[in-house]
Amino acid sequence: MSKTLFDKIWDAHVVSSVENGPTQLYIDRHFCHEVTSPQAFNGLRARGLKVFRPEQTTLTADHNTPTINQDQPVNDPISRNQLDTFASNAVEFNLPLYFPLGHIKNGVVHIIGPENGFTHPGATIVCGDSHTSTHGAFGAIAFGIGTSEVEMVLATQCVLQSRPKTMRITFNGKLNEDITAKDLALYMISKLTTGGATGYFVEYAGEAIRSMSMEERMTVCNLSIEMGARGGLIAPDQTTFDYVKGREFAPKGAEWDKKLAYWQTLNTDEGAKFDKELVFEAADIQPMITYGTNPGMGMGIAESIPTLDQVDEAGRISYQKSLEYMGFAPGEKLEGKAIDYVFLGSCTNGRIEDFRVFANYVKGKKKADNVTAWLVPGSWMVEKQIREEGLYDILTEAGFALRQPGCSACLAMNDDKVPAGKYAVSTSNRNFEGRQGSGARTILAGPLVAAAAAVTGKITDPRN
Amino acid sequence: MEKFIKLTSSVVPLPIENVDTDQIIPARFLKATDKNGFGDNLFADWRYNKDGSPKSDFVLNDPKYSGSILVAGKNFGSGSSREHAAWAIDGYGFKVVVSSFFADIFQNNALNNGVLPVVVSAEFLADVFLTVNTDSKATLTIDLLNQTVTNDATGKSETFAINAYKKECLVNGLDDIDYLLSKKTQTEEFEKARV
Ligand code: SF4
Repeated sequence: MSKTLFDKIWDAHVVSSVENGPTQLYIDRHFCHEVTSPQAFNGLRARGLKVFRPEQTTLTADHNTPTINQDQPVNDPISRNQLDTFASNAVEFNLPLYFPLGHIKNGVVHIIGPENGFTHPGATIVCGDSHTSTHGAFGAIAFGIGTSEVEMVLATQCVLQSRPKTMRITFNGKLNEDITAKDLALYMISKLTTGGATGYFVEYAGEAIRSMSMEERMTVCNLSIEMGARGGLIAPDQTTFDYVKGREFAPKGAEWDKKLAYWQTLNTDEGAKFDKELVFEAADIQPMITYGTNPGMGMGIAESIPTLDQVDEAGRISYQKSLEYMGFAPGEKLEGKAIDYVFLGSCTNGRIEDFRVFANYVKGKKKADNVTAWLVPGSWMVEKQIREEGLYDILTEAGFALRQPGCSACLAMNDDKVPAGKYAVSTSNRNFEGRQGSGARTILAGPLVAAAAAVTGKITDPRN
Repeated sequence: MEKFIKLTSSVVPLPIENVDTDQIIPARFLKATDKNGFGDNLFADWRYNKDGSPKSDFVLNDPKYSGSILVAGKNFGSGSSREHAAWAIDGYGFKVVVSSFFADIFQNNALNNGVLPVVVSAEFLADVFLTVNTDSKATLTIDLLNQTVTNDATGKSETFAINAYKKECLVNGLDDIDYLLSKKTQTEEFEKARV
């Protein structure tokens, strides 16, 4: 029988099935961070359990960490306690793959995973973080879990999951020049809405996806969760294999050959059935921004915010509340509007390519005086590469500074908070109320739109 | 985990769509290393002023409304995987959340903490909002064994879906981890078979 890529990976990881219930799914790689894990370790302790497969869990501190002075003790005592707890749990439970602040392998969990070769095609990958979907870019089943499930994985290397439905989203043709993977994703979410893929696992296909680099594919898969999908994945190909090969934790030698032969079988068979299929034309996609308080409220940068009569009746209260929060009016155009902050970073757009795109645009230009810019590399390896490639010099010449790696203003758990009422053009993934600080107003965009905003101080179409 | 079988309670209405986990519990409250105290910060940014005083126009601060059932607009719990959202709802004292649509991870997290997400039709949801608008003490009855939810004031009733296994867990107060631990030998055999 013909199978989808998702089916092939899922079926290869079923340990047992509960009658009339979920599947016991074996997990190959577990990523762990300081915020959603302490209660899971408490749970193990309370039950007197050990970690079942310590070498299959990779730990990095990223969410609740400062982006300056990482070599010094963390100021906030509650945050420091959380980081100390994380470190002592790694020791107590004998977890060898623990990367604390400042370690070269430290950084945002979904960036350090692929970069160090922990992320493989055909694998099952989980983390107590919804953007685990990022790793699907390698042709893996990767999804976010809650803390109870973190405890289950630590104790048994398995989770219980109901099999999601499958959806394929195909992007025909090529993207226009200066259109980034982020634009493609925001476009898609604006079409599907934030709940449009709930209950589904999405496979991305089509020429526009195939011609993307691994970094771009990660951006697309990362945002799957923003339309409610359990995860998103892309069939592995030569681009994938080239990226994985030679990385520290990638298979080596004969093991590589064996794995590669298997990975090459990982694609959706001709005639395999999806529960839902959607097709978009890549050429329709413009640079995108969001105007509201969820990632589904997006539009082309030159377009106007929808008017009230264009919104579903049941959704009007939320819609009005959202625009009120943002300080925008229905029907308003946002191009040319002044902004206050720019954030380049996060697991969505904190990779080396994003910094290349940003640096390439600001080269020879100057940062606008009215803009505070936070440029936060996704990891220390990205940071190193920024310096090695000479991007650091371009950025400093244009008036930008570089911060130290972490989630930073993506969720504003640390001091990188956008003040109430201020506008931030952000390359992160969520524009929820208060996500970047109480009262902060987030406009999501790709790295190129962010670069243009940083230079002009306004919402600007980077193609002009 | 506590058992859940049947519940009749007045409700707290929150007729807002796409309530995301950053609203349920903002990130700055995620620094704790245990599960306690999150209820005090449930919906913190909607519930309190900057100085910590309660905002009188938010439903949790309206003495008219109380009860252990939260009724919310479509797509409740979207966003992050933070289980802190379920701990906050549970910690505040809600045992059930009723909505016409839930985000996946939230639904799982809620169930893993003995909080029952009940999916109803858009019409039923609208009917509940209308009822509590006129009578703030109106009750809903959730019967897990029969999988029914009833608006006691109007008599309207619906059945709701729940995975048979999850239902069994709730009714008996069992956790997933108990099941997984019981499968350890099978897991080891699975590992051996695949190399
Ligand atoms: S960068 Fe943002 S979305 Fe990504 S893992 Fe960190 S907090 Fe989560």
